[in-house]
Amino acid sequence: MGKRIGLEVSLSAAEAVKMANVDCIAAYPITPQTHIVEHLSELVNNGELDAEFIPVESEHSAMSVSAGVSAVGARAFTCTSSQGLALMNEIVHIVASMRLPVVMILANRSMSGPISIWNDHTDVMSIRDCGWIQVFANNGQEVFDHVLFAYKVAEDKNVMLPFIINIDGFILTHVIEPVEFWDQDQVERYLPNFEPVHRLHPDKPVTMGGVGMPTIFSEAKVAQDEPLKQSKSVIISAWKELGDIVGRYYKPIETYRSEDADTLFITQGSYGETVSMAVDALREEGKSVGLIMDRLWRPFPFDEFREAVSQAKNLIVIDRAISYGGQGGPLAIDLRSVLYKEKNQPNITNFICGLAGRDVTIDDFKNMYQKAMEKVKKHTREEDFEYYGVRGK
Amino acid sequence: MTETRQDLTWQELEVGTVLTTPGNSDEYKTGDWRSIRPVVDSKKCIKCGTCYIFCPDAAIYETDEGFFEANLFYCKGCGICANECPTHAIEMVEEEE
Repeated sequence: MGKRIGLEVSLSAAEAVKMANVDCIAAYPITPQTHIVEHLSELVNNGELDAEFIPVESEHSAMSVSAGVSAVGARAFTCTSSQGLALMNEIVHIVASMRLPVVMILANRSMSGPISIWNDHTDVMSIRDCGWIQVFANNGQEVFDHVLFAYKVAEDKNVMLPFIINIDGFILTHVIEPVEFWDQDQVERYLPNFEPVHRLHPDKPVTMGGVGMPTIFSEAKVAQDEPLKQSKSVIISAWKELGDIVGRYYKPIETYRSEDADTLFITQGSYGETVSMAVDALREEGKSVGLIMDRLWRPFPFDEFREAVSQAKNLIVIDRAISYGGQGGPLAIDLRSVLYKEKNQPNITNFICGLAGRDVTIDDFKNMYQKAMEKVKKHTREEDFEYYGVRGK
Repeated sequence: MTETRQDLTWQELEVGTVLTTPGNSDEYKTGDWRSIRPVVDSKKCIKCGTCYIFCPDAAIYETDEGFFEANLFYCKGCGICANECPTHAIEMVEEEE
């Protein structure tokens, strides 16, 4: 059993990266990711982590360097937020198509403008379709565990895909939480050395990232999407193995007091913990309400989600990003699509809230529950979603 | 160039569409992009090699007789050779079906 330490989540995330014994960290500082990379630079500088720390001149270079070192067979880590992700966007897509198992922590922050350094999910949703495996963490312990988990899954011979761990900026990155560290021998049992399928090496030259003409491009894309879909079985078995070692068992969809609930909140990331307290409060008032937390975002866990909501009459989907001109937030749009063929479709009420770090409290979620129940009663279909708490709306 | 074969299924592609055999770009026929092709009038040609130097695809080669001709497997028909030829010995003619 590892030690339980009270530490800022960013620092414990960096410690997990150290325990994963990465070979290269290429990153450019951006709020609120900064403390993770700052601490890693200290660990490399003081000799605790034997890795190349490359202070690149931009995020575009951070992802390019990560692609390069991964292509030669090194374990690569990078980390960014918001505008930094936007700047590395070009290479983010290429790393997935080249099947390079780079791991990135995305300290979620809103996309400008107006200029904002605060937390929401507009950054990750802008690259939703980039082909990386994507998970959301709820708390500091999940961040720590999922760094080691990410390498385990990404580097699996049948997966070989890059991996994003979403952690809410400030709400998670900058808080001090108790985190149970792993012992190094637990890490070594769990995480084998990285053995690439192909590597750039002069003894056996290969070409990576070549041109794909129209005659082969579609086949290349299916050859990228199929392993992402099929990675779910590796993901589930890697969670099982993680649980067997450290005693924490994770699932693609986590549920809280949902079994007999008529109405279910659906969240991603750290809002899950706040909503769970709202659920407790509403239960005390006799309301039949529960919570579904989506941990695995891509590949989307279709079966687990349909199963989790199969008995519910109403869903309240909490989105923290906007699909401008679209039909609600990205999560709600996806979930409506997932349930399209179901016989007993629940009512779906979608709230977009907590943009750029605006606080959403337990009372706000209770209020959303009331609003959703009123909407359901009226069968209002004229608005598929609501910007919660926006003045003048 | 990623895979010149046109019958490969997605399952047959290497992980990451990696090419494991180097130097296969010479198997890729760029000649079928061509709509016009260079024809050399050997009476006007002075064997200067200007076309050989200017060809952006290195598709022009020297024959045993010292003339210069385009390898039509690669020649895209850009017409730079005809434009640069000092004796106007190269004419671009329409490709026909």
